[in-house]
Amino acid sequence: MSADVSLAEWLVSAVIVLGGGFALVGSWGLVRLPSLMERLHGPTKASTLGLGAMLVGSFLWFQLVEGVWTTHELLISVFLFVTAPISANMIAKVHLHRLRHGEASESGSSAGRVPSLPGGNDWATHQAPHEGTPGDFAGD
Amino acid sequence: MNRLLPHPGLSVLLVVMWVVMVNDLTFGTLFLGLLVGVLVPMFTAPWWPGRPRVRFLPAIAYLAVVLGDIVVANFQVAAIILFKPNRDLKPAWLTIPLELTSPEVITVFAGTISLTPGTVSTDVSACGKFLLVHALHAPDPATEIAKVKSRYEARLKGIFA
Repeated sequence: MSADVSLAEWLVSAVIVLGGGFALVGSWGLVRLPSLMERLHGPTKASTLGLGAMLVGSFLWFQLVEGVWTTHELLISVFLFVTAPISANMIAKVHLHRLRHGEASESGSSAGRVPSLPGGNDWATHQAPHEGTPGDFAGD
Repeated sequence: MNRLLPHPGLSVLLVVMWVVMVNDLTFGTLFLGLLVGVLVPMFTAPWWPGRPRVRFLPAIAYLAVVLGDIVVANFQVAAIILFKPNRDLKPAWLTIPLELTSPEVITVFAGTISLTPGTVSTDVSACGKFLLVHALHAPDPATEIAKVKSRYEARLKGIFA
């Protein structure tokens, strides 16, 4: 390790370590939280700030050390922010089905049962969208 | 105007994305980007029926609020994971009544809830009037629902007016 490590390199290293730290905390959450729905929170969060910090580090490196502009990090974060909620949503929906069919249980969690809705309504994974509602595409 | 640029917002977005992806602002890049920005909305227009209008200034303000919340709430969730024992954790299901009606706007609302740490949107009701959300730590579900509604839903109603 040479003595002439620049301030920019320190800054980039700090941001990358911060990002890695958040990813590690997210993974630790996956291990220690009580049941599936709680565990889902750990990794979805690590991907936002942990990866965000690493992308900032990459951007700073090219900007301060290499002296070139890069905009790819911006694009990566946009795609990440658009796709991360969808994968979380898919896992959660599968979990709803497994709960209803008794293949999974929430026994480790104190969140209780999935709330039901008034007036014979159900959640959209279990029931087709009603006519004239936002999910009804018959008129399109 | 409507035949050539059926979706001006999408056109601008595509041009910006193209330039960002090529990472170079020259005439050639911009020209190809404009070509993509004009042609793609033209051919996909039939799949965008009755889309909501977007107001740009409130949309940018909303983006800033959400980005700030993501950073703050990430630290909160990290603190919960590291220091809160499971017996003190109060996870809860929240049923959020929706005032938004357009599917696009409800999708943005649900995506925001999933991105801001501590809450994951799980499902929408078949009647489209409720959103099912799981909260990692919500000792008082009613205040959590009120917070999400006033912070995000009210702003979204101002953007897609």
